[in-house]
Amino acid sequence: MIEVQDVQLRLGDKEILRRVSLNVAEGSFYGIIGPNGSGKSTLLRLLSGVLRADSGTVWIGGREAADYPRKELARKLAALPQEGVAAPGFTVREVLEMGRYPYQDWLGREPGDSGEIIDRVMERLALRELVDREMDSLSGGERQRVALGKTMVQEPRILLLDEPTTFLDIGHQVELMDYIREWQTASRLTVVAVLHDLNLAAQYCDRLLLLADGRTAGEGLPGELIRAELIERVYGTRPLILPHPVSGVPQVLLQSAAAAGAVGSAETVGTTGKAGAVGPAEAAGTAGPRE
Amino acid sequence: MRKAWIYGGGFGLLLLVSILICLSLGSARVPLADVWGVLLHRIPGIGPRLIPAPDAAYETIVADVRLPRVVLAMLVGASLAVAGAGFQAVLRNPLADPYTLGVASGASAGAAFAILSGMRIALGLWSVPGAAFITGLLTLLLVYTLAGRSGRKKVETLILAGVIVQAFFGAFVSLMISLSQGVVNEIVFWLMGSVALRGWEYSRVLLPLLAIVLIILIAYSRQLNLFALGERQAMHMGVNVNRTKLVVLGASTLLTAGAVSVAGTIGFVGLVVPHLVRLLAGPDNRLLVPVSALAGASYVLWADTLARLVLGAQEIPLGVVTALIGTPFFAYLLLKRRQSAEG
Repeated sequence: MIEVQDVQLRLGDKEILRRVSLNVAEGSFYGIIGPNGSGKSTLLRLLSGVLRADSGTVWIGGREAADYPRKELARKLAALPQEGVAAPGFTVREVLEMGRYPYQDWLGREPGDSGEIIDRVMERLALRELVDREMDSLSGGERQRVALGKTMVQEPRILLLDEPTTFLDIGHQVELMDYIREWQTASRLTVVAVLHDLNLAAQYCDRLLLLADGRTAGEGLPGELIRAELIERVYGTRPLILPHPVSGVPQVLLQSAAAAGAVGSAETVGTTGKAGAVGPAEAAGTAGPRE
Repeated sequence: MRKAWIYGGGFGLLLLVSILICLSLGSARVPLADVWGVLLHRIPGIGPRLIPAPDAAYETIVADVRLPRVVLAMLVGASLAVAGAGFQAVLRNPLADPYTLGVASGASAGAAFAILSGMRIALGLWSVPGAAFITGLLTLLLVYTLAGRSGRKKVETLILAGVIVQAFFGAFVSLMISLSQGVVNEIVFWLMGSVALRGWEYSRVLLPLLAIVLIILIAYSRQLNLFALGERQAMHMGVNVNRTKLVVLGASTLLTAGAVSVAGTIGFVGLVVPHLVRLLAGPDNRLLVPVSALAGASYVLWADTLARLVLGAQEIPLGVVTALIGTPFFAYLLLKRRQSAEG
């Protein structure tokens, strides 16, 4: 669905991306991870056509991203921002209706009936009781849910997420990610997500790309990428890696530098032993029941 | 769309009633029925046949003295309000208006130059709005650059840049006035903002500009709604962000230049009117832009009526009236923003 070949990008005299390639299969959940300033968000912006690469190509659905007219691209691809949407004064219904913009002609008409789509999205995301509220009166979690609703109304084939959970508490983080996964599996949506939280990335993504300093430091299944040595090399801190007690995907436990020095071989205990004593309790804390 | 009929109809009616009342008010009071009579009699074709010829004195006062002024006041009010709504939407800045952004000052520098240098006599009436438009655009560019290139411009920074540019162009205009040997009084009065003694030719300049820009902004109103989500989001939803910005900023500046050329600097109309309309009708630009035109027309019409009535024979400049109303409102908005930022 998405193919990126050897993209390079400089902004000013800083090289942001150096020969990055990736390939995202249709219907899959693809994660981009890496430290701050590694080029994750920039890469996402290349995918969404906001930025153009200096060299290399981005293909969306078999066609170069740069060749799409804006509106046509918006019917194919939607993006969920970090902080939800602001739109002060607008009601939730008005914001949801904005999602139909790519389908409307210059008079604001569209051939089909959009009311049905909007109704379905409101049902799915439990937005019905919020529908007449103004955006400024919503909580952060509600606002992000409306933002997701608006992208659903847009009916894209590809969804781009830029650290969508940054401003959410763990209850709303899991809620949002579950909504997205449900949508992904139900309509064979392709998702590309920049994620800060490695544990969320490991739990929701089919494949991961690890960026470091604008270069690909690794690409593969979460189990192949989330390894203590690789994380240490890229992030400069040595974590403990434990398998999730329920799903078995790798989960990251942070430890202070002093502790890492003291129990140098701790991570081997974690990964080889079948989930140590601390593992289940900690892992349950991340994926546990909602608030 | 029921909302459109309610607010469109409501503000349309308000404007109609305002026109009648303001035409009747003045040093010589004309009864409302006679105002009606004069206006209806003037409708081409059927008017003269259905309505008896009105009193000649009333006809002179209403049709020749007051009507041109009332029409110009309405056009100026509608223009400034629409320009304000355009600036606010595309800059996503609730404090933006032709005056606070400095665009009005920049335009008035161009207009003053055109008047004082004799361009108006040499090149005709359109040379003044032409010059005002060019300097208005330059001002906007300057303010925009001063406020920072990055996509995210802080609301207050933009206004601060407006203040700086305004101070510069204000000094520039003063310099031109002090160097000119011409009719200084007329220029000073014009700078303070006025729609008095302008005749019809000024309305004929402003009306087509208002019509064109109103159509452009209404055509772009859905794009402007998406701007409320943030520029990047708007882009992701298929809006050509750069084109929208260019067209809407250009159109709003053009309308500002037109209003400034015919009436001088009349401040804060573009700030006050869209805000009040937004409070009533909501932020949807499809409704906000046309209703702001109607409300702005009523607003400046009443401000001008106050300007010519309050002190009896002595007239207050219209710009003074709108500033006296507008600045406390501006201060209130600033205060409200700070409170919501802190709390």
